[in-house]
Amino acid sequence: MSEPAHAVSRDEEESTDDQPTTGASSVIAALENASVEIVFGIQGGAIMPVYDALYHSDVRHVTMAHEQGAAHAADAFGIVSGRPGVCMATSGPGATNLVTGIADANMDSDPLVALTGQVPTAFVGNDAFQETDTIGVTMPITKANYFADDADTVGDTVGEAFALAEGGRQGPTLVDLPKDVTQTETDHEPGMPTPPESYEVPDEADPETVEAATRALEGAEKPVILAGGGVIKGNASEELRAFATAYEIPVVTTMPAIGSFPEDHDLAMEIAGMHGTGYANMAVTHCDVMFAIGTRFDDRLTGGVETFAPDAEVIHVDIDPAEISKNIHADYPLVGDAKTVIDQVDQAMTATPDAAAWREQCHAWKDEYPMDYQAPDDEPLKPQFVVEAVDEATDDDTIVTTGVGQHQMWAMQYWTYTKPRTWVSSHGLGTMGYGLPAAIGARLAADDDQSVVCFDGDGSFLMTGQELSVAVREELDITVFVLNNAAIGMVRQWQDAFYGERRMASEYPWIPEFDTLAEAFGARGFRLETYDQVAETVEAALDYDGPSVVDVYIDPAENVFPMVPSGGDNGRFAMNQAHMEEL
Amino acid sequence: MSQGLTGPSPNERPKPEGRRNSQGIRIDPEIEAEPKARRAVVSALVKHQPGVLAEVSALFSRRQFNIESLTVGATYDDDYARITLVVEEPDPGIEQVEKQLEKLIPVIAVDELEPDAIRREIALVKVEGDEPEAVHAVAEMYGGKVVDASEETVTVELTGSQQKIEAAIDTFDRFAIREIARAGTVALERGAEATG
Repeated sequence: MSEPAHAVSRDEEESTDDQPTTGASSVIAALENASVEIVFGIQGGAIMPVYDALYHSDVRHVTMAHEQGAAHAADAFGIVSGRPGVCMATSGPGATNLVTGIADANMDSDPLVALTGQVPTAFVGNDAFQETDTIGVTMPITKANYFADDADTVGDTVGEAFALAEGGRQGPTLVDLPKDVTQTETDHEPGMPTPPESYEVPDEADPETVEAATRALEGAEKPVILAGGGVIKGNASEELRAFATAYEIPVVTTMPAIGSFPEDHDLAMEIAGMHGTGYANMAVTHCDVMFAIGTRFDDRLTGGVETFAPDAEVIHVDIDPAEISKNIHADYPLVGDAKTVIDQVDQAMTATPDAAAWREQCHAWKDEYPMDYQAPDDEPLKPQFVVEAVDEATDDDTIVTTGVGQHQMWAMQYWTYTKPRTWVSSHGLGTMGYGLPAAIGARLAADDDQSVVCFDGDGSFLMTGQELSVAVREELDITVFVLNNAAIGMVRQWQDAFYGERRMASEYPWIPEFDTLAEAFGARGFRLETYDQVAETVEAALDYDGPSVVDVYIDPAENVFPMVPSGGDNGRFAMNQAHMEEL
Repeated sequence: MSQGLTGPSPNERPKPEGRRNSQGIRIDPEIEAEPKARRAVVSALVKHQPGVLAEVSALFSRRQFNIESLTVGATYDDDYARITLVVEEPDPGIEQVEKQLEKLIPVIAVDELEPDAIRREIALVKVEGDEPEAVHAVAEMYGGKVVDASEETVTVELTGSQQKIEAAIDTFDRFAIREIARAGTVALERGAEATG
């Protein structure tokens, strides 16, 4: 890795220069107290004092191409490491460019801390240059946000923001830093990150409800575990696996929970919901007791709530009491930490549910609704084939990031995930362009021997492709597969299904050559067009030690199946085009 | 064209027996019952700091909670303020209001008040000043008082339950009302029970 240009002068200065403690240096001290090693951001007027303080710190800064990229990179860093990723931007456009990434983190409960510069307090409210009401703009998309108005306390405020992003139900927090506050000298050193006193995180669930829930689960004839993102966020994947295996209960996951339960396990039904497997949706629709852990019953999972698990008593574990009975009524609400509550239920279990027939049924559904696709030699490349080829060529602990759209669904369906924190995607917000900056954040959080692969779409890649400059500059070994169908494919699929094939603004009459574009950025570019090139090209791209982009020309007619139309009945998923006509 | 995967079609599959309502509650499919909205008074003790009211009102707007009135005021302790909300929602919605409020970091405690809690509103009613004595008499009848009188107008202050104030306003209508200012409900639990 090349040293930053100013590295030499920095060392010289440290010996001679006794820096005063300012609001800005307190901010950096707070990050150091939180063991932050890396910050993603972009310089700018109002945040300059904080950057100046960073100059004297060992905290690494990665300059991104766009603030949205900084937020996504920090978000992915948080997903992979489990600790809040930190992003930084100036006031006005810097802050508003972070907004998409913050909203994304908020929807997926990803731990993220955003630090934004602000005009000096005396100018706030005067519509000064690069002034935006960042607090107002980010209020509905943060777990908490703070306007720091005091140099003495700004460090502690940053610490509090960090503690809140990390603790309880994780999420994004933001501290807005007016320039005069960060420039003011202070003799106050910030303490360790501490949440506010009034902030309570539930741990153990109510024992009586645990008892009642356990009796329901034991008595179930058709039990299903629905694992949500909270299983991964709560580091409860091992407990989940042990529990499901011990009591032989089939496991369905939500999208954010991919990797919480090994998909090659005998009890794995994989992902339910709009583009989940047919067998997962059958299991969810026909179960009689659902043990749901750390899920908010998003509409992409439930389809219409009227037909969601309509015969099931629901045991709902969540660390956030507001998720209980928000979308799906919980017959047994268990407010608490996923790991702790799984353990509580395990302790209370006295019998294994008598569900051999149900397990047999679940296996039968796997045979009845297989994910086997056709890949005739005389048709263009099938994206599913490419996803499987990359999975084959990489280790089990490989991290997959994605953009949003058809390519994301194929990456979800045709890669076999076996470990938590290896699936890094934008679920709730559905942010196209998430994949590449997320790969950068994931790479920096991952172990050195872990591979990082990004599946992107041509539409998604065009939104944040400039972050390739960062991957090249920082010498990050990531491999991007652009599943290129020259269209916003998911929209095209919906237009064909629901809008009389009127393909308004979904097809690209011309798109750049992504392999050539990659080379222009200083990355390696590859093109993949035929089946016989797949193994060799995939291997070459993965072998390249640095960022590479494979432009994969896939069948533009390929659609994502199974599919439950928006608000539809999960049990009536379409396996193919002909089934769509029946819905 | 090789579009998609294989498997039994939607109409060939077994169907579950049950159904949920739009609140996600399992119901008898024969009886289509949606829970009815009811009015609830919710009291929230919050940190007395800038932005709390904005956070609370943003929450209500974003989650489409049906809010009838909202008042904020100081409490006995300078560090805290009390927000009193009147909401009209079906029961799951009222529960959501409370839980979502509790998630806001500056919110210390949230409680739905008992149905018999003391609830009061205040109103100022300005009427034409042609019959000051009659206005005075009606004000007294409703336990209100005349707080301002000019050649042209008389202004009455009223406090009480919402129903009482509505009734008083109806009565004052015959003096020709010029202007009305009303504030939302404030409420406390009766007796020794603490509020929120």
